[in-house]
Parts: sequence; C-alpha cells; structure tokens
Amino acid sequence: MSLEHTENHEHGEAHEGMTRKKIWVVFAILLAVTVVEFIIALYLVPKGHMKIETANPVYILLTLFKAYYIVAFFMHLKFEKAGLIYSLVVPILFIIGLILVLTNESHHWVALFAR
Amino acid sequence: MSTTVSQIDEVKTTPWAGGRSPFAVEYGKMMMWFFLLSDAFTFSSLLIAYGALRFSAVSWPAADHVFQSVPLTSVEHGAPLVFVGIMTFILIMSSVTMVLAVEAGHRNSRKEVIGWMVATVIGGFMFLGCQALEWSHLHHEGFWWGSIPEHLNEYFTKDATISASYTQQFANLFFTITGFHGFHVFSGVIINIVILINTIAGTYQKRGSYLMVEKVGLYWHFVDLVWVFVFTFFYLV
Repeated sequence: MSLEHTENHEHGEAHEGMTRKKIWVVFAILLAVTVVEFIIALYLVPKGHMKIETANPVYILLTLFKAYYIVAFFMHLKFEKAGLIYSLVVPILFIIGLILVLTNESHHWVALFAR
Repeated sequence: MSTTVSQIDEVKTTPWAGGRSPFAVEYGKMMMWFFLLSDAFTFSSLLIAYGALRFSAVSWPAADHVFQSVPLTSVEHGAPLVFVGIMTFILIMSSVTMVLAVEAGHRNSRKEVIGWMVATVIGGFMFLGCQALEWSHLHHEGFWWGSIPEHLNEYFTKDATISASYTQQFANLFFTITGFHGFHVFSGVIINIVILINTIAGTYQKRGSYLMVEKVGLYWHFVDLVWVFVFTFFYLV
C-alpha cells in the first residue's frame, strides 16, 4: 500500500513545491502565530484574561503549529516521498518517550530535593 | 514451450526494487536530513533536561522579569519580550530569504540566489549580534555559568519563593542551551558564506543545479526551528 502511495507522488513532484507567493503566505502564518503568542504573554495573562495554566499548553500547541509549517513548507518535507517522511517523523517518537519519562520522573525529584 | 514469463523473472519497477533511490532525494540531501534528526535528538535532550529540572523546582525565575530590557536603547526595565521578539523576527525573516534563495536556485537564476544568500547571511549576523547583546546584558547583571546576582528579588514574581539554587540552574541551562543554539547559528552563517562564495564563483551554474543551496537551506531552517522551541520554553512558558 505504501509503495503505491510513494509511486503516485513521483509525478506531481516537479510541479509541487514552493512558489514565491506560497513562501510569503507561510511567512505571514508564522508571523501571525508569533504575534498571537505575544498578545497572550503581554496582554491576556498579565491582565488576568487568561490563566498561566491555560496559556502554557496554548504556547506549546502554537509552537508545534509553527514547527509544522517550517518543516513541511520551508524544509519542503511535505513534498518528499512518504518513505522519507516516515523515516524522519517516526524516530521523533523516541523524543516523545523521553519527555514522558522525564516529566514523570521529575515529579519524584521534588520530594528528593525537599529532604 | 510456454511464452509466459515466470513470476520470478518479471522485472520489478517498484521504488524499492533497486536501481534507483527509493526516497528520490540526492544522497547528500538525505544525509543532511538524517544529521538534522540526530541534532534534533541532541537539542531535545537539552530542552527535556531543562523541562525536568524546572518541573522539579519549587520556584523558578520569571522570564518576564529576567528579560525585560532592550540593549542599545535606554529601555532597561518594563519591556519584557520586546528584544527576543526582534530576534525571533530576524531569524524567521532570514529563513524566508533562504527559501527564496532555494526557489531562485530552482530557476537557475544565479543573480537572485546571490541576493537572497547575502540577505540570509546578514540576517544570521544580526541574530548573532542580538544574542551577544543579550548575553553581555545578563552577564553584567551577574548571570553566568556558575554565578548569579546577589539580590534575586527582582527576578521572581511577588509571592514566589526565592531560591538561589534554582536561579543557578536557570542560568546554567540558559547559557548552555542558547549557547549551543548560537553555535549552530554561527556555523550556519559560515556554511552560508561558503555557499555564497561558490555561487558567486559560478560553481553551481557550471554544475547545472543549485542543490547545495537546498541542503544548507535545510540546516538553516532547522536552526530557525530550534529557536522556535527555545523561545517558547525560555521566554514564554
């Protein structure tokens, strides 16, 4: 199944990709997301419209959103073969694993340091 | 005798049947991707260590209070995130000029590649300059590897417990992680200059492809990508 998928990609590749217009659209998206982050950090949180506990996950989601646009469009990964995409994205699971392990572990350090 | 070809003798044409690159990318470009993946692991381990130490901390210096001056201006206090905002803008902008250089390379337009590469190199130097200002500002306040200012009240929010040891961890992690990132920016600028010189010399024009611009472009975008995370975890969260 994945073989067919990669084959289909082959023909479109030359036409797809980044035109100058698309580049500026992606730039506008990245800038807009950063501006939103600033509004949250400088206005919404200090004025009490948003709790910091809500703001932090929002920051992380917006960061992942920006990361997607940089990798997919600026680094052109969206237009590569599915096999290459998977070979790069699947190992990121190890990083997620380390995040889960260490955030869990760090809660135990609190008690350890307190002693 | 039968004229039908037995199944085993049929010529396979699938991407993985051999004789061509299944990923359809040039070797160097693929290796750049895998290098960047390994670099992502390195940066992640640093950032995750930062996260783990911060999670286990009773209190932590507030970013809004630590980073609130704009170097080179008279603004010393009360402008949180302004300077780092400028730095972020510079880096995203230089990422854009890099894609524009790659795009010009696809059209084999040497002049445009030169123009955009020059812009990218300038963006890189501007970012490094800002980084140097930020570091020297913090250093003057007393932050460094292994040292922190004497009075810490101004770096914590009003009702937070003031802790010297966590402030020290913050300082160590800040200089290590932004330093490692800054080193990447620095090497990126050097590589960009090499590519720029090659472009001016007409190396890629003769070769008929600007693939090298694409490869260093990947590296440069990765540096931008890391900054997006550093920015979030040091300045926002």
